[in-house]
Amino acid sequence: MSRPMSSQELGGNVLHLSRNKEKKESDTVDQTATSDLRELAKRIRQHCVRMTGKANASHIGSALSAADIMAALYGRALRYDPKCPDWPERDRFIMSKGHACTALYATLAESGFFPVAALETFYQNGSPLAGHVMHKDNPGVELSTGSLGHGLPVALGMAISAKRDGRASRVFCLLSDGECDEGSVWESALFAPQHNLDNLIVIVDYNGIQSLGMVNEVIDLHPLGEKWRAFRWSVREVDGHDMAALEEALTQTPYEAGRPSCIIARTIKGKGVSYMENKLLWHYRAPMGEDLTKALAELGQSK
Amino acid sequence: MRNAFLKELFELAEKDDRIVLIVGDLGFGVVTPFMEKLPRQFLNAGVAEQNMTGMAAGMALSGKIAFTYSIANFPTMRCLEHIRNDVCYHNANVKIVTVGGGFAYGAMGATHHAIEDLAVMRALPGMMVVAPGDPIEARAATRAITEYPGPCYLRLGKAGEPVVHQTEIYFELGKAIPMREGRDVTLICTGGILQTAVRTAQCLASGGIETRLLSMPTLKPLDIEAVLAAAQETRAILTLEEHSILGGLGSAVAEVLAEADIPKVPFKRIGVPPGFSPYIGSQEYMQERHGLTPEAIAKTVERILEIVPARAL
Repeated sequence: MSRPMSSQELGGNVLHLSRNKEKKESDTVDQTATSDLRELAKRIRQHCVRMTGKANASHIGSALSAADIMAALYGRALRYDPKCPDWPERDRFIMSKGHACTALYATLAESGFFPVAALETFYQNGSPLAGHVMHKDNPGVELSTGSLGHGLPVALGMAISAKRDGRASRVFCLLSDGECDEGSVWESALFAPQHNLDNLIVIVDYNGIQSLGMVNEVIDLHPLGEKWRAFRWSVREVDGHDMAALEEALTQTPYEAGRPSCIIARTIKGKGVSYMENKLLWHYRAPMGEDLTKALAELGQSK
Repeated sequence: MRNAFLKELFELAEKDDRIVLIVGDLGFGVVTPFMEKLPRQFLNAGVAEQNMTGMAAGMALSGKIAFTYSIANFPTMRCLEHIRNDVCYHNANVKIVTVGGGFAYGAMGATHHAIEDLAVMRALPGMMVVAPGDPIEARAATRAITEYPGPCYLRLGKAGEPVVHQTEIYFELGKAIPMREGRDVTLICTGGILQTAVRTAQCLASGGIETRLLSMPTLKPLDIEAVLAAAQETRAILTLEEHSILGGLGSAVAEVLAEADIPKVPFKRIGVPPGFSPYIGSQEYMQERHGLTPEAIAKTVERILEIVPARAL
């Protein structure tokens, strides 16, 4: 099993990794140990709801579904330096489900890449914060996405380069479940184990709802974990809202030396706002007026 | 051209370990030296062009100069959106290389006729488009696109084309290469049909028509200066390409002429009519069926000139 490296192991520079804490040497699940992550996830959700509501934009359900994963990634798993977004040894994160961009923008702002106040400009005329993940003028964004099935091939290229150049960088790529309909995902899934890319980690946000229906009614992915296993990945299936489980899954890669890792995160679309949970409607509708007030209240924030 | 490209790329890659060659499970026999001598700079992506292209973008965003290599329409159209979003939007240093431009694989059928690739690639934001005319241009183009830090499309013919340039050439991306001077008509050609263009000019000369022949290996950005000079210094302009007349060299030149603030000059695109070719066969056969022979082209030039009064120069 790997462990997060100290900054000295990463080249001797004293890096500003304020939110990257060493994982505790303990097998017991200690809820207090993840309280900071749960706090971060809550702030991410608040931002997402506010941004989406203000912008009258879509995809709040997809962002809320991924919020805990994002908190665990940027709060624990990833090695990065917000003061130096291009640090060559950094871990890369690719949000391939680009429509959940508010979750990424909020996480980057909370992690120090740009001011939280900038989130106010989401979806507004002239803002760099577009309605799908955009890299231009957004420090910390590795790849623009929005058309599904693009993130994993690029992540794979980054992982190969890191291996060949002898860099310790890992590449994490977040996919949606509906995205797994795209053939390109499976081209990469076939290719990565062939080259022993154990520095590549896929997380599937498996909330079971895609754009026009339930995943099991559109193109049933079940058994999804078995599919990735059959493609020679090391697979773990976790509750995508159990912070301790997420932390463990994201910080213990690779699960097997020489194999890429896949985390199937069982999630709830719209998680955290009661009236949005498991509702396809909130793939599209923006929380405004009373809806917004109620959502923020549930997330512990006044409007 | 294929061999010239691979030889040049191998030599460049030996000196620069940022260069990686990613093939789409093609290149039997010819990519072997690269594969064996520079294994850490080589990848076979398998039969999976979307992953190949995205992966190349990811490698380029990690500091590599990534070449993807396959035949006909596979590394361009099969994975078009990956080129647009992953390569072009990120200005990733990826070079897309095809073998089999035009009817080089004519007998293999319509799937292997690459006659819309230039149009498609030319439309992509930030994409440099290069189609060398012979092995000499292919080597020079390979060097030039390697030095250029951004997305490029390199369209090659096949192996064994004749060397057309008998003397040293000055090759610069975005610049036409003058092949022959003449004041009656300008023939601008791109890609492997260069030899046919040279023969057309010879054919016309025997009938007393002097041709300015421009090899135009870079389609985008186009050498606007050379086009406008030709429009003002010769009586007519014809373009020649083994490609659909929609969207390729002919269209690029027409766009320049239509918007230029100069008197109208007689103009014609010679190429493949839009649509699937109803034929299959050798490259020579396909060229003949589509009127892309020196004799047929010369006749077209003569017809155009008949209706153009001699210009007072």
